[in-house]
Amino acid sequence: MREASRDRLKAFLTLLPSIILIGIFVYGFIGNTIWISMTDWGGMGSLALDPQINFVGLDNYVDLFTGFLSGGFRQDLVNAVYYSLMLLAGAIGLGMFIAILLDQKPKGEDILRTIFLYPMSLSFIVSGTIWRWLLAPQGGVNVLPTYFGFDALDFQWTSSTKAILEFNWQNLFQILLYIAAFILIMTGLFLLKGDPQKAVKRWLGPGVVIGAFAWLGGSLLPEALFMEENHGFNLATLGIIIATVWQYAGYTMALYLAGFNGISQDLRDAAMLDGADTVSYYRHVAIPMLKPITISAVIILSHISLKMFDIIFAMTGPDNAQTGHPALNMYMTTFRANDFARGAAIAIVLFLVAGTFIVPYVISQYKQRTRG
Amino acid sequence: MSTTTYKSRITAGSILLYGTLVLLALFFLMPAYMAIVTSLKDPANISLPTAWELPETFHWESFPQALGLLKSNIASSLILTVCATILSTVLGSLNGYVFSKWKFKGSELIFTLFLFGMFIPYQVILIPLFQTLRAMNLYGGLPGLILAHVVYGLPITSLIFRNFYSQIPTALVESARLDGAGFFSIYTKIVFPLSIPGFVVTSLWQVTQIWNEFLWGICLTRHADNPITVGLSQLAGGQAVSWNLPMAGSIMAAAPVLAIYIFLGRYFIRGLLAGSVKE
Repeated sequence: MREASRDRLKAFLTLLPSIILIGIFVYGFIGNTIWISMTDWGGMGSLALDPQINFVGLDNYVDLFTGFLSGGFRQDLVNAVYYSLMLLAGAIGLGMFIAILLDQKPKGEDILRTIFLYPMSLSFIVSGTIWRWLLAPQGGVNVLPTYFGFDALDFQWTSSTKAILEFNWQNLFQILLYIAAFILIMTGLFLLKGDPQKAVKRWLGPGVVIGAFAWLGGSLLPEALFMEENHGFNLATLGIIIATVWQYAGYTMALYLAGFNGISQDLRDAAMLDGADTVSYYRHVAIPMLKPITISAVIILSHISLKMFDIIFAMTGPDNAQTGHPALNMYMTTFRANDFARGAAIAIVLFLVAGTFIVPYVISQYKQRTRG
Repeated sequence: MSTTTYKSRITAGSILLYGTLVLLALFFLMPAYMAIVTSLKDPANISLPTAWELPETFHWESFPQALGLLKSNIASSLILTVCATILSTVLGSLNGYVFSKWKFKGSELIFTLFLFGMFIPYQVILIPLFQTLRAMNLYGGLPGLILAHVVYGLPITSLIFRNFYSQIPTALVESARLDGAGFFSIYTKIVFPLSIPGFVVTSLWQVTQIWNEFLWGICLTRHADNPITVGLSQLAGGQAVSWNLPMAGSIMAAAPVLAIYIFLGRYFIRGLLAGSVKE
């Protein structure tokens, strides 16, 4: 008995160094960054051994979201939302499509799988460098059509100043309400068939109320900024999105392919006997069964989209306004301008965005483990 | 894909299937083709409108030239990758052993707190990390970078080993304990000999991650110790550089991880799937 408890102690002591390291380097550092973000640490003398630092509360955050000179950060934030959505849609859509094609067991499946997955092993810097050359305005992808007898394209891939879906940052609250109403109503309509009462009460009703409020009472909402400032989907980000989808579609393909292979042939045969054709087999049987895989893919890809620092850096450099991302803004602010407090505030904003989907995921994983 | 003609009947469906797959494969291979073609051209003959065309004669000079420019970066990356991979894999193995075979009250919670460290955007720890390394006199050189890679590699290596060891029957460990084996002798005599595949998966994963990493490389090292990714971005970022050098550099930076992927792809994919926290 005493032996056993000594072994237990040894086990804990083996783990202890890692616990301390993670405790300091992850949790302690996050706490420290939160503190720095509430100070005025920056500018001259910020790299001195004992810099002059004062507590300023939430001033840095207020400035980021409403300050006259922080429009660049707000556009970066809008970019980050579009980067995430487009990467998710692109990589999951394309990856799932390729997985379904390869699940038909074509000849040369092994080679094809290797071709679709190899970009995943590359560094973002390598792929960014190559895509930068591919998307050069007068060459690369733009001259491809000439080989098929068409005119060359003249799209300015990473430097276009065009934007679509523009909105005024002043109306931010109204727009957020519209988005919330839209999501609620769509979820309600989706669930209407299964449980109409719950769908109306929990989703459709609140959705309509919020939507109506945003529409009728929108002018009562406070303005998020004192002046008009338009932000939208910068077309210059398209090239970066294509490169990222190119790199990560193979990853989702591998996930789905592993999932499809795990579905028993019996189940597939049974579905086919019930009169399902290939399309409805995937739509109603296979893909719903792989929901856990889809959730994993969404989490990992959202995480990657928050880390797109490397590929944007390699494709456009760190300070290209059109393709900016808060991660790059944080780097420029902190390490080029030595404005540590502001850099910390940007990092915390990124962290909070990441936290909204990571925390529920990690907690659900924890519950799954302790239950099982 | 003419192979379909004699083996099975040609249907509209199979033509569509193979046609789509070939188009997709071309799209995925396009950047690789462009990198190889450009790296083999004479700089004077690189022009945007003819970027897709094969060079008239192969010029291999770009490779030794790029190697000369990236030599010190490659050396840094090699040292960094080897040291950080070994340390984080060994620690991960011990952690995984405790997390799966020596569970104690709260160990699942600690494991969850470890996992969270895998998903944070690293910007959020960058400033304190920079400050701490400076205070420890580790800023700018490789030891600091190795420390960062080891610490932030712990969550994923512990996760892969934990999942790997949970496949070893607990009865095996229990009976060894009844025979009087202690914590470390069970590890060295039973668990470790069974972990070779686990070590292969984890270290391959760490090697690719560390070799490819950029953010810490650029924020935490001085010029002399910059890893390969930083060297390559500087090579490509310069204004006057002709494109054969960055392309040759890209191919060299990609070569080690591509080799791992092509020759040991099976293990690489296992690491990939483990990274998605599938239980």
